[in-house]
Amino acid sequence: MSDSATLEAVNIDQDAGDFSYPEDYKHDAGIGLSEATIDYISDVKGEADWIREFRKKALRIFEDKPMPTSWATKDLENIVFENIRYYLSKGQAPTRSWDDVPDDVKETFERLGIPEKERKFLSGVEAQFDSEAAYSNVKEELSKEGVIFVNSTEGLREHPELFRKWFGKVIPTGDNKFSALNSAVFSGGSFIYVPPGVKVKHPLQAYFRINAENFGQFERTLIIVDEGAEVTYMEGCTAPKFETSTLHSAVVELVAMKDAKIQYITVQNWSSNVFNLVTKRGMAHENAEIRWIDCNIGSRLTMKYPGVIMKGRKARGEVISIALANDGQHQDTGAKMIHAADETTSNIVAKSISVGKGRSTYRGQVHIPKHLKGCKNNTECDALLINSSSRTDTYPAITVRGNQHATQHEASVSQVSEDQIFYMKQRGLSEGEAMSLSVNGFVNDLVREFPMEYSVELKRLIDMEMEDSVG
Amino acid sequence: MSQSLNIKNLHASVEGTEILKGLSLEIPKGEVHAIMGPNGSGKSTLSKVMAGHEDYEVTEGSVHMDGVDLLDMDIDERSRAGFFLAFQYPHEIPGVSNANFLRAALQARLPKGEEIDAVAFYKDMYSKMDALSMDRKFTARSVNDGFSGGEKKRNEILQMMMLEPHYAVLDETDSGLDIDALKIVAEGVNRMRSPERGFLVITHYQRLLDYIVPDVVHVMFDGRIVKTGDKSLALELEAKGYDWVTEELAATA
Repeated sequence: MSDSATLEAVNIDQDAGDFSYPEDYKHDAGIGLSEATIDYISDVKGEADWIREFRKKALRIFEDKPMPTSWATKDLENIVFENIRYYLSKGQAPTRSWDDVPDDVKETFERLGIPEKERKFLSGVEAQFDSEAAYSNVKEELSKEGVIFVNSTEGLREHPELFRKWFGKVIPTGDNKFSALNSAVFSGGSFIYVPPGVKVKHPLQAYFRINAENFGQFERTLIIVDEGAEVTYMEGCTAPKFETSTLHSAVVELVAMKDAKIQYITVQNWSSNVFNLVTKRGMAHENAEIRWIDCNIGSRLTMKYPGVIMKGRKARGEVISIALANDGQHQDTGAKMIHAADETTSNIVAKSISVGKGRSTYRGQVHIPKHLKGCKNNTECDALLINSSSRTDTYPAITVRGNQHATQHEASVSQVSEDQIFYMKQRGLSEGEAMSLSVNGFVNDLVREFPMEYSVELKRLIDMEMEDSVG
Repeated sequence: MSQSLNIKNLHASVEGTEILKGLSLEIPKGEVHAIMGPNGSGKSTLSKVMAGHEDYEVTEGSVHMDGVDLLDMDIDERSRAGFFLAFQYPHEIPGVSNANFLRAALQARLPKGEEIDAVAFYKDMYSKMDALSMDRKFTARSVNDGFSGGEKKRNEILQMMMLEPHYAVLDETDSGLDIDALKIVAEGVNRMRSPERGFLVITHYQRLLDYIVPDVVHVMFDGRIVKTGDKSLALELEAKGYDWVTEELAATA
């Protein structure tokens, strides 16, 4: 069966990520955050002065900004910035061959199945271990066409003119406290450039791995897709289950030039001690399309609202989001659609599942100003509750000015009832299987939008998560 | 080891109220038994207790399936061991296609690591759907979602045919069916009759028993079996009404 072959190929389960190797780092910025931390990072990376200054300015903004607890959860106050380690690396440039990757790092990614996936269906892979990429490779035919796929450190060094032009332009440093923090201490992440007219057939994949305890991972990704070009980018994330909490705070900026298409897929499977506070936004020029497919499973708290600024006429933005909040987890997710040109179209479909004491929150912002014509937005958010103690909240903010637009908003809350589970168990399914089938049924119409390999992976993650929740 | 579904002195209650009050009944493999009784006599409770619904507490008695203690097993174990309940009100499972549901149920019966043969599965399912005059489009539709009453009942019989249980309880399968649907459902059940399988048909009306002819008919009243006979008992009940049984009971009390 091809089904089971694929299943094995993308075999990732909840516990597969729960292991770590002893620490052996050449560069360690120590514990806590100050200007000295930034100097350490900039020195290790051998960065240009403008970047060092950019970082230091960001640190001041980060320090000035209050925690967004006026609207967000108080759990944010449990992040102790002084106890976090901001930079850890083995001091080795990323290699183009898995053979040259240090053994413990290579074993980590092998256990997560990354090299195997690369052989099977990917155009390029970047694998980041704590602060820096350990491996980075793109298929030869793509580099010949001028496609650049490197980590951000290398991108800054080798392609400064391209990088600087768009860096921090889609998401300004001061956008929020965590985008400022990322701008101060960023390391790793991907830099991608696709030249005009090049359509990258197979996905490019990045894998982010946290290995060390008390560590903060702050990758910075910038993807620029030139006129008429197309790319699909996929990121996966895991971390071991440490006793103390870990911080992951990324900034991802996408730029789609005229007629370009970007599809950005996240399948996140963080362990339940990770604070995952990520800012993601794309800018779509004329007739360009940006699509975020965002699957949030795991973590202690995720706050993430992928956005699209539709800057050119007929630009399109889409967010498809699936969030699964299990016991002790809070998924605070949503979307941001900023219409800034005529005839722009946005679509948001968000589905959340709350299990046990898990909590999910949807926040959506849609902005259509008065002076524009012919803009459209469709927003759907559906919540599924499994177990009476779980909680779900919806905060849609749709601001539409002017009368030449069309918007539509639908929301629903449904529940997997005990009688439904009884019915399924009477047919021989275990409780875990019954719940996971119900959850998969709930997200089924969205999963169909995914490339096959990822839909299989997502289904597996849901199965694992539901089996675990039964205990 | 007796080859039967054997219920002995079963007492069960819901929220402290006793509904089954010492019910005994044995269905040997290969036989079709019917239970008839007025509303509120505990017919549906009996089916749910046998299936293991958690709202019901068994306070006394036993149920053995081919000598194995059924009450000792979890709901899904009972199913995999060969016990099937066709629901009076089948549940809807949004987003899960009929085909996927059946496949998952069959997969759950295989040893770990063994995969169901998809081609054989579809072939088998299609032939059974044809026997029940079910349109092929039902394979892709969500389980019972938006089905009419008759479609839901036909779907229950399809599930039974696919899972091939040793014992099947049909809880008021005739309710909400028109005569054509009733004939199709009965035909499905009759095809399943075999020396290797026992049936318990729960019904309020005699009509279903014209099409599924039982070997034994029991009358249930106030949580117990109060009368047992052959198929003519069903006709007698139909003619005289349930009052006849209750009056007779009162007279012998």
